[in-house]
Amino acid sequence: MPTSFEPAIQRPRPLLERGGRAFGLLLGVAVLVVASFGSLDLQWGQFFSLPAVRAMARFLAEFIPPDTRPEFLLAVLRASWETLAMSALGTILAILGGAALALPASRSADAAAAPSYVLARLMLNVLRAVPELVWAALLLIAAGLGPFAGTLALAVHTTGVLGRLIAEAYENVPAGPAAALRAQGIGRAAVYLYATLPQVLPQLLSYSLYRWENNIRAAAVLGVVGAGGLGQMLAFHLGLFQLDKAATVLCAMLALVALVDTLSHALRHRLTR
Amino acid sequence: MAAATVADPRQRDPAWLGRAFWIGAGVALLVPLLGVTEFRPWILFEARGLQVTGRFLASMLPPAMSAEFLALVAREAWRTIAIATAGLSLGLALAVPLTLVSTRALSISALSGDMARGPFVLRLAVRGTMILLRSVPELVWALLFVRVVGLGPTAGVLAIALTYAGMLGKVYGEILESGDAHAARTLLGNGSTRLQAFCYGLLPQNAAELTSYTVFRWECAIRSSVVLGFVGAGGLGQQLDNSMKMFNGGEVTTILLVFVALVAIADRASAWLRRIID
Repeated sequence: MPTSFEPAIQRPRPLLERGGRAFGLLLGVAVLVVASFGSLDLQWGQFFSLPAVRAMARFLAEFIPPDTRPEFLLAVLRASWETLAMSALGTILAILGGAALALPASRSADAAAAPSYVLARLMLNVLRAVPELVWAALLLIAAGLGPFAGTLALAVHTTGVLGRLIAEAYENVPAGPAAALRAQGIGRAAVYLYATLPQVLPQLLSYSLYRWENNIRAAAVLGVVGAGGLGQMLAFHLGLFQLDKAATVLCAMLALVALVDTLSHALRHRLTR
Repeated sequence: MAAATVADPRQRDPAWLGRAFWIGAGVALLVPLLGVTEFRPWILFEARGLQVTGRFLASMLPPAMSAEFLALVAREAWRTIAIATAGLSLGLALAVPLTLVSTRALSISALSGDMARGPFVLRLAVRGTMILLRSVPELVWALLFVRVVGLGPTAGVLAIALTYAGMLGKVYGEILESGDAHAARTLLGNGSTRLQAFCYGLLPQNAAELTSYTVFRWECAIRSSVVLGFVGAGGLGQQLDNSMKMFNGGEVTTILLVFVALVAIADRASAWLRRIID
């Protein structure tokens, strides 16, 4: 292309030259990998021996064809709807919880209220640090088996994730509109509803949609510990070695995730347009 | 209009109709969700349930601190790291060839216009495989492998390896394609092999980004490997599951603390590594 301007090609720095640090790092990584493989009693023999390969092939062959009897499909559909509802409700609850916890956790809200800031940040960190599945297993004790525990688990973990993001969004909001309202003597709730919230709303919605994509994946597997939805069905049928049924459930999982991804992409596209 | 009845014009909300519509639509969507998910928060506060929960919460303090148990937890924590590291290494070993085959940046036929049909179909097939690998959650892979190879870390390592091969392969491909293609194209156009073009054209400029993403994935793998323990793939998760089933709150607290510390350390280590790589 004679008309376009080609920038000079930058010569990359050699990887192993910088004071031996890269070399040390590579050595460290190598030691970590070798130690990992060495210390785990991995049963490759069981996995790669001829009988194992045959057993594996037989196992895989049993997945096909998936069970497509109408009454089973109906049950899968019901479980899919349950999973979808869990992910959606969990996300909605998390938006509410996150938006509320983010208020004390954002620095600009009240510079003087230091203890509540520290406490809210700590809470968000703890909520976020424990994965959904662990929350589900813990919440089973209080909420019992079923989708309710799963929904709560998603809500609790996602509150931690969204809360931190929303707190950052609150901090980055231009202070003008809120200050203008406050100068008029408007109450704090109204200032939040008419100045802060509208400004963070687009960002909040796009984060939430992104988390929803995450949560549908999590909701699909939460059932493995007994928290309802497709995962519970999958664990049940795999446990009984009804692999044709498990195959149907797996297909439903993949389809559901793809559906939510498409939906969320379309919505986010509309939001950012 | 209802808004006209408000006496004070300063109190009138010009957007009330839109707000009312969206709130109504939200409630209409919410109600069926509450039904399906059996959302009954009051059961959390029923006397019998409260008693069980209260007893469990009370037993969580103090954390279990016996030397024997701590040694067990330390061993399981190392197993968690080892499962993540071994899984990621295998995933990497799978992802690199998948990337090399599938990336558009190393296509010779694409140098002059459209890619030839054969390579195009091959790339599509490899991409499809990677989508399948990463779409099945690692927990489901683990569940399947536990049925094949039995309980233990092998299932966890394989599950992480397969899922992460799909993820790494996809992102590596994207990184290679988003970089400056000039050097690689020139090399390919002058008759060098694909592997040469990769090593001398693509790798040098993208190495930092590739490494940085891999380190980030290692951090994610540690989180995953804890969760995988719940289906019997070994490590901290399995221990946590055991303690929870025995309603041993003190042990649960200790394991949770160790887990949070482990994730925090991995987070710091990964951030530090990525900073010195970039």
